[in-house]
Amino acid sequence: MNPQLTNPRADEIDAILKRLPFAQTLGMRCEVLGDEMTAILPFQEKLIGNVAIRALHGGAIASFLELTAMLQVFLVSDMPRPPKPINLTIDYLRQGHAKDLYARAYVLKMGRRMASVRAEAWQENRAEPVTALMAHFLVATE
Amino acid sequence: MNDKPKKQYDIAAIMNENINVMRDVVPWANETRFRVTKVEKGHVLGVQPWEAHLVGDPETGVIHGGVITTFLDNLCGMACSAAMTEMRFVATIDLRIDYMRPADKGRDIIGEAECYHLTRTVCFTRAWAYHETRDKLIATAAGTFAINKARFGGPRPKPEASQP
Repeated sequence: MNPQLTNPRADEIDAILKRLPFAQTLGMRCEVLGDEMTAILPFQEKLIGNVAIRALHGGAIASFLELTAMLQVFLVSDMPRPPKPINLTIDYLRQGHAKDLYARAYVLKMGRRMASVRAEAWQENRAEPVTALMAHFLVATE
Repeated sequence: MNDKPKKQYDIAAIMNENINVMRDVVPWANETRFRVTKVEKGHVLGVQPWEAHLVGDPETGVIHGGVITTFLDNLCGMACSAAMTEMRFVATIDLRIDYMRPADKGRDIIGEAECYHLTRTVCFTRAWAYHETRDKLIATAAGTFAINKARFGGPRPKPEASQP
């Protein structure tokens, strides 16, 4: 295997997801290629927020994006454990349909104390994001 | 005032009477297990219990931030509906969450949301999450919501003419 293509942190991402009860409740998983990670939230009935229009719950999408952003910071850092969130802003751009949801996060700045991260979630079309998130995480390890 | 007779509803009172129904029609709210405890005009209170399947840090047993986001998002949306005089659904435009401190393991989280301003198309809300009092906050939220024009399922039913 080409060592440049494998990221030792990738296996850790998988282990974290398995250890996290809330990530299991959501049912999300991640695919990692080098420093690039795609998070996948397979559709489940319990993720629905509005039964009349069968839309995903904003809170479920926000939770998924927050976890994606957190894991992306972990992936590109050497932190011993995932970072803690300070705050986040979520923009609900389009309705989330009763289908699988995908997300990617970008670390805009990795500081000594904080990381600024942007994440986007989409369904069929990457260019038409369903939800965007901007978050800050505490990365200082004292 | 009477040139456009339109029936006014006390939506907050209707919501208060159907407090448990509101959660049952939201599967994700059922999954995160929060309860709405009180609805007043533009103001909603709820409780988010600690549950093992919501833990976001297995070492400390602290509930995941996403659970608080879900909780406050839902309460804010309900505070919008509860501020109106006709039944309208709202959709979150944006929501900001600030995490002040982690919630304690095993303890209920109290949530409080208010809709402090309302226009024809947009609601402005804020919310708080805490264990005991608002002096010691776990998280705060600020959200804006779009008011949906039409109700789904065909044309809006005419309110009964019961006004004198």
